[in-house]
Amino acid sequence: MSEKKNNAVQEPLFHLSKRAQIQPWKAWAIRLAAIVLGLLVCGLVAFILIEKLNQKPEKITDFYYSFIKGSFSTKRKLWKFLKNLAILQCISLAVTPAFRMRFWNIGAEGQTLMGVLGCITVAFYLGGQVPNWVLLVLMFIAALLYSAVWAVIPAIFKAKWNTNETLFTLMMNYVATFVVSYFLVVWVPSGSSTLGKLKYGKLPSFGHEYLVIILVVALLTVLLYIYLKHSKQGYEISVVGESVRTAQYSGINVKKVIIRTMVVSGLLCGLTGYLIGAGLDQSVTTESVGGQGFTAIMVSWLANFNPLVMLITSGLISMLNSGAAQISQDFNVSGALPDVIVGIILFFIIGSEFFINYQIIFRKKGHEKEAVK
Amino acid sequence: MKKLVALVLSLVLCLSLFAFSANAEVEGVKLGVILLHDENSTYDLNFINGVNDAVAALGLSEDQVIMVRNIPESQECTEAALDLVDEGCNLIFANSFGHETYLLEAAKQNPEVQFCHATGTMAHTAGLANFHNAFAAIYEGRYLAGIAAGMKLNEIKEAGNLKGEKPLMGYVGAFTYAEVISGYTSFYLGAKSVCPDVQMKVMFTGSWYDEIEEKNAAQALIDAGCDLISQHADSMGAPTACENAGIPNVSYNGSTVASCPNTFIVASRIDWSPYFQYIVNQVAANEAIATDWTGTIATGSVVLTDVNEAAAAAGTVEALADVKAKLEKGEVKVFDTATEGFITVGGAAMTSYMADVDTDAAFEKDTEVVADGFFHESEFRSAPYFDAQIDGIELVNTAF
Repeated sequence: MSEKKNNAVQEPLFHLSKRAQIQPWKAWAIRLAAIVLGLLVCGLVAFILIEKLNQKPEKITDFYYSFIKGSFSTKRKLWKFLKNLAILQCISLAVTPAFRMRFWNIGAEGQTLMGVLGCITVAFYLGGQVPNWVLLVLMFIAALLYSAVWAVIPAIFKAKWNTNETLFTLMMNYVATFVVSYFLVVWVPSGSSTLGKLKYGKLPSFGHEYLVIILVVALLTVLLYIYLKHSKQGYEISVVGESVRTAQYSGINVKKVIIRTMVVSGLLCGLTGYLIGAGLDQSVTTESVGGQGFTAIMVSWLANFNPLVMLITSGLISMLNSGAAQISQDFNVSGALPDVIVGIILFFIIGSEFFINYQIIFRKKGHEKEAVK
Repeated sequence: MKKLVALVLSLVLCLSLFAFSANAEVEGVKLGVILLHDENSTYDLNFINGVNDAVAALGLSEDQVIMVRNIPESQECTEAALDLVDEGCNLIFANSFGHETYLLEAAKQNPEVQFCHATGTMAHTAGLANFHNAFAAIYEGRYLAGIAAGMKLNEIKEAGNLKGEKPLMGYVGAFTYAEVISGYTSFYLGAKSVCPDVQMKVMFTGSWYDEIEEKNAAQALIDAGCDLISQHADSMGAPTACENAGIPNVSYNGSTVASCPNTFIVASRIDWSPYFQYIVNQVAANEAIATDWTGTIATGSVVLTDVNEAAAAAGTVEALADVKAKLEKGEVKVFDTATEGFITVGGAAMTSYMADVDTDAAFEKDTEVVADGFFHESEFRSAPYFDAQIDGIELVNTAF
C-alpha cells in the first residue's frame, strides 16, 4: 500500500491498545470507579422500577444505605455476612487450583452438592446409632470422598482422552442434582421430597455457631495461598497452566498434575459441602449450594486466582447479595429486583477489567501518530 | 400562590395522616412473612395477595408488615426468621413445606414470638406453644370443581360427543403425595356425585412447576381419550394444552379464562387472607392461635372463581351454590364412605383407614380417620392425609 493511500484513510475517533502493564493503584482506581458508576446506574434503574422511590425520591439514601444495612446493621447480620463470605470463599478456593492450571472446571456446584449429599447420607443412615464424634468423622470422610470422585471423573477423561472439561464438568452438575433428587425420593416415602433438618450430625460450635466455619475457611485460605505460591506442586500447576509443552519438556507429568489438582479441587468442594451439610443445614436439597458454585468462578477470576484477594471479592459479592435482598425487603418489591441490581454492578466490575487490560487512545489533533505508552 | 401551596400541603398532610392511621385494635402486631419465591410463582403470589388483602381488611400500616422473598428451605430460613424477630416482628409466617424444621428452630429460641407455618405437619407433635400449622380444606373446593366437571361430562354425553363409551377425565398432578392424592380424589368424587359412571386417569410430572411437562402430560391424557382435564400444578401448561385441543379444563390457583376463553370452566383456590386476619387478631387480643387451623369454605379460605358460562354446562352456577351451602352446613361430606359404591378400594367399601398423621422417620400409619360414615380429612392436623387409591381412578405413572 502506498504512502498516499495510507494518509487518505481516516484515522478512527479512537482505537484500543493492550496495556503492557498497569500500576496496581491505577487498576484499583478503575475498579472502584466502575463500582461507583454501577451504583449510580442502579440508583437510576431503581427510580424507574421501584414505585415507592418514584413517589419519594428522598428515599434514595435508604436505597444506598441498604447495601450496608443488609450486612452490618445488626450483630446477627454481621455474623451471617461472615458466614456467607466464608462459604463462598471456600468454594472459590476449591475452583482456583484448577483455574491456575487453565483447567476450566465449572462443576464446583455439583461437586459441592455431592459433598453435602455424602455427609447427609451418613447422617441419615447412622445418625443416633454411633457416637456423635464418630458420626461427624464419617460424615467428613464421605463428603470428601463424594466430591473428590465427582471432580476426578472429568479429570481422568481429560487426561486420558482430552475431552472438553468445561462441558463435562457442567453436565456433572445436572447429574448431581438428579442424584440428590433420587435420594430424596428414596428417603422420604410420603412423596414430599423434603428431608427437613436431621437430628444428628451437627458440627460442634464454640463462641458463635458460625465461628468454626469462619476460622476453618480463614485457615484454608492461608494454606492454599502457600500451596499455590510456595510449593513444588503449586509451581507445577502454574507451569501446566502457562504451557503444556513447556511442562512436558521440563519433565512434569501433565496427566498426573491434572488429576492431582482436580482431586485437590474436589476435596475442597467436599469440605465446603461438609460445612454446609453438617455446619448449617443438616439436610440436603437440590438447592443446598444455591448457585454459589457458579458465583465462585467469578469470585476466583476477579481476584486473579489469588486466594488472599479472593477474600475481598467474595466479601464484595456477599455484601451485594445481602444488600440487594435488603432492598427487596425494605421497599417491598419483587425478588427479581435484587438480581437486576447485583447484575448491573457485576456488569460494571467485569467491564472494568477490560479497561484495566486495554486502553482507549483517542485520535489526536494535528494527525500525529505517536506511540502511546 | 402561597395560599395554594398551604392548601395543597395541608391536604397532603391530612391524606397522609389518613393513609397511615393504623387500626388501633391491631396496633401492637408486627407480621413477618417468609416466602420461598416471589411474585413470579403462582404459589407465592397467592400468599402475597392474601397478605395484602388482610392488610387492607384490618387497616394495618405499612411498617407493620415485612415480607422477605426467595428464602430457601435451609438454615437461611432460620436466619430470616431470627432477622424478623430483630426487626420487632411478634408474628412470623412461612409458606413452604420445607421451611418447617428450620422455622421450628427459630420458634424454640423465641417463645414470646408466634410462628405460623402453612402446609406443615409438625405443630401438633412439636410441643411448642408458639408454633402453629395451617392449611385449607381445599378438597371442598375441588369437590365443587368436580361437580362442574361432572355436569360438563353429562352435557357432552347427552350430545353424543364422548370420545369413549364412558366419560373419562384426565388429571395432571405434581407428585404422588397426600396433598395431591386428596385433591384429585375429591375432584373425582365431585364429578362422580353427578356423573356416576365417570372414570379418571392421573399423570404425574414430578415437579410443582414445569410448564412443558404439564403441557405434555395434558396432551398425552387428551390423546388417551380424556373428555376433560384438570390439574394440580402451578403452571399454565395443562390449561394451554386444553385450549389448543378444545378440551374443557377445570383449573387451580386462579382463573385462566383470559388465556383459555373457550375451555376454562371454573377453578378452585385457597385464599390465605382469612388466616392472616385470624392470626393478626389473635396476637392483637393476646389470645392463643390454634395449633392446627384448617380454613374451609365457611371461613372463606376455600374459594371458587367465577364460572365461565361459555364453557360450563347450563345450570352449573346454581348447582355449585346449592352444594356449597350444603358443604357449609355439613350436610354433604366429600369423603362420604357411607353411601354404597361411592368410595370403594379394590371393590370393597372403605370402613376403616389408618393415616400417617404424626410425622416420624418411619412414616408410620398412626391414626384411624374413618368414622361416622366419612373420612375425616384435615381434622387431626391441617395438612391433608388422604392417600388411598380408590376405584375408578387409574394412575398412569407415579412420581414421588
